[in-house]
Amino acid sequence: MLEELGTNDQGDMIINIGPQHPSTHGVLHLVITLNGETVKKVEPHLGYIHRSIEKMCESLSYRQFIYVTSRMDYLSSHINNHGCALCVEKGLQIEIPARAQVIRVLMDELTRLASHLLWWGALAMDLGAFTPFFYSFREREMINELMEDTCGARLTMNYIVPGGVMMDLHPDFQRKVKEFLRLFKSKIHEYDDLVTGNIIFQNRTKGVGYISREDAISYGCTGPTGRGSGLSCDIRKLYPYEIYDQLQFDEVIETDGDSWARYKVRVGEMMQSMRIIEQLIDNIPEGEFQAKTKAVLKLPKGDFYTRVETARGELGVYIVSEGGSTPYRIKFRSPGFSNLSALDHMSRGGKIGDLMATMGTLDLVIPDIDR
Amino acid sequence: MISLEGLTTLLQTWLQNTLGEPWAFAAESVIVGIAAITLFAFLGLALVYMERKVAALMQIRLGPNRVGPKGIFQTSADTLKLVMKEGLTPDGADKFLFNLAPFMVMIAAMLVLAPIAFARNFQIWDLSIGVLYVAAVSSVAVIGILMAGWSSNNKYSLLGAMRSAAQIVSYELSAGLSILAIVILTGSLRISDIINSQADGWWIIKGHLPVLIAFIVFLIAVTAETNRAPFDLAEAESELTAGFHTEYSGMKFALFFLAEYINIFIGCAINATLFFGGWMPFHIGGWDSFNHVMDFIPSSIWFFGKTMFLIFLIMWFRWTFPRLRVDQLLNLEWKYLLPISMVNLLLVTFMAIMGWHL
Amino acid sequence: MFIKEYFKTIYLTVSSLLKGMKTTGYYFTHQKEIITEQYPEVRPVLAERFKGEVIMPHNEANEHSCTGCQACEIACPNGTIKIVTKNEINAEGKKKKAIDTFVYHLELCTMCNLCVVACPSDAIIMANNYEHSVFDRREFTKVLNNPGSKIMEGIE
Repeated sequence: MLEELGTNDQGDMIINIGPQHPSTHGVLHLVITLNGETVKKVEPHLGYIHRSIEKMCESLSYRQFIYVTSRMDYLSSHINNHGCALCVEKGLQIEIPARAQVIRVLMDELTRLASHLLWWGALAMDLGAFTPFFYSFREREMINELMEDTCGARLTMNYIVPGGVMMDLHPDFQRKVKEFLRLFKSKIHEYDDLVTGNIIFQNRTKGVGYISREDAISYGCTGPTGRGSGLSCDIRKLYPYEIYDQLQFDEVIETDGDSWARYKVRVGEMMQSMRIIEQLIDNIPEGEFQAKTKAVLKLPKGDFYTRVETARGELGVYIVSEGGSTPYRIKFRSPGFSNLSALDHMSRGGKIGDLMATMGTLDLVIPDIDR
Repeated sequence: MISLEGLTTLLQTWLQNTLGEPWAFAAESVIVGIAAITLFAFLGLALVYMERKVAALMQIRLGPNRVGPKGIFQTSADTLKLVMKEGLTPDGADKFLFNLAPFMVMIAAMLVLAPIAFARNFQIWDLSIGVLYVAAVSSVAVIGILMAGWSSNNKYSLLGAMRSAAQIVSYELSAGLSILAIVILTGSLRISDIINSQADGWWIIKGHLPVLIAFIVFLIAVTAETNRAPFDLAEAESELTAGFHTEYSGMKFALFFLAEYINIFIGCAINATLFFGGWMPFHIGGWDSFNHVMDFIPSSIWFFGKTMFLIFLIMWFRWTFPRLRVDQLLNLEWKYLLPISMVNLLLVTFMAIMGWHL
Repeated sequence: MFIKEYFKTIYLTVSSLLKGMKTTGYYFTHQKEIITEQYPEVRPVLAERFKGEVIMPHNEANEHSCTGCQACEIACPNGTIKIVTKNEINAEGKKKKAIDTFVYHLELCTMCNLCVVACPSDAIIMANNYEHSVFDRREFTKVLNNPGSKIMEGIE
């Protein structure tokens, strides 16, 4: 009977989790080796949602390829677009109007907030609590409506274009953002009561999925995953782009390296994002929202690399240009891929339940990993 | 006044007059069986609907609201769908055990019904070892779950079944010790004796702190024994997809689903009987006129009201808490609940000897 | 000491669990907080900029402002737009380029808004319509200019 159940020569059980499984958030396929309940090995298999976005971008012009990148990490689509636009602007060497810069940063932070809200609900759901998901989606819905007002879409906005943003802000934008902040702050205590302060949740995450600072560096973990291990890796602080160097915000760093540390980093980042939004919302400078650009953009011959901080970590955009109107080669360095590679290291020796908690705090978005 | 007690007496007299002793017993058995199955079907539908509504309201949703007024026929429609579905048996499964398992779980749940008193003198079988019988039979369900997990030839099912077995076997202990607390105070295992001992006040009130602790321990143990969140490790959706019933579909799945809700009902009914006096109205020792007013509310309403309240409490747990990990689940039992209920049993015994509860 | 820790753990556990139950209990008893939208009966109020599909507005005289310059066709990353042009002879007897059919493949469109931005004469805009399901996928291929429509006066 044991042979029929798919075991290896040491008598360990081998289980497929995914590509269709309630907690893999998409089509991630994990082959895990189990000794009883204890995880001995985790082997991620990728490729179920590979759409060759990098290759597609090579046949699109510099204006056109940006919309495709919304489909990589769809929860921080604004920030993906932003990274690509920054890289094109670096090649073109255009100055971005101050208003456009502020709008871009505002949108980035709202996106980060929305992404972390979704993660918060989904993590609680992975750990078996269903109700927080609805509370976080209630707040996320308000951000989506803000986006819909200004950008015309809720998830894949395609709002940031080379030279600025596509449209000006909606007249109601400032009022609605302030209303959202006020409502969100009045609900934060629920988040603490339901999940953060819950003893079961703390026990499920504390000491689970540990990764040391050294290992985080060697696996290339960035974003909240790296910062949970005490690695200072916030691109907004290290290599500030747009107006991030003029803003007052803290890089949230925890040193424990476990799921609980990563949880606290993300929750802290939500507060920091709100801080940034509060600083900017009343100080949007007047002026143009888009710099004047040529009808056909042509990057000079050479290599261009920019990086931005998405909700999951460092997104690098690398463009090789031959001087034509389409990129010769594009490569994205996506945060999810590197973070996923550390999953095996993190979850060895834990239980199956720990694997879910670790995976939840890594906040994997599969289309970002596969592209 | 028409009461359930009057109805049964009337039926029995009529049957005995028309059929004679042996045949009347046979007819009564058939009637009881049909009544039990009807009750189960109705309870299953009602509790699933209640759970969905409770969940929806806690999750700021509306819940089922399309089929019938306020969606009350939604669960019937779902059952109809499950009946129409094909019951698949996976290739490589142990077909005999696979098909037997849902019935095992269901029969175990049905057997526990026998000693439960639904109203004043309305009980199928008031056997002398009532609570012992309940504790013994309710743990038979784990055999059905193990059967389902093993015979499915599926690794998720196997893991779920093993978890469930470890869980139910452990939590039986503290459930049993909590029952013992009441047995010590009452001095009888018979359900009717336990209920009658609460005529001057429910145990939860006149039993002071020890009985309250026993009640909480029993509530947790019942939640764990019925595989409900936060102890739903046997199903653990985000870990094992559906645990031991991953491979089941159609009516066989529905039986597992129904058995879960029946088990909740029975667990809460026992809980209500032991700590809240079953059908016994809210009485305060000495206040005869107040007690008399309380007696006007039919005993069946008291029983179902208490049971539904406890069921609601268990649903509330489910929609609030995250799931425990498997080792934490066992830690909770062996490190906290079992020692606490043992010390508590000592306290209760001391209290019973000193007569403080009277 | 150990006993004290033991009971402290129990106290903290129970109090944190009760706090969580208070939150869900609040929503259970406050039904005005329900956020469900009953979709087919209650239609959502959409933002005016919502990108549902590309349309070409016509005025009362059945005139549009598309010159057939094909800027949108070039701007589109997916090949969603196909413009077939014809040569019209206007009142002065001069040949002029005009659109014959403006073909729009809704099934290919990602609502990226690049065509609307590219259009020099604001001939196409994004409409709010979001209910796109059809039984036959050929219905996704739409012709945006009305039959017999003409270009407005004064638009080059």
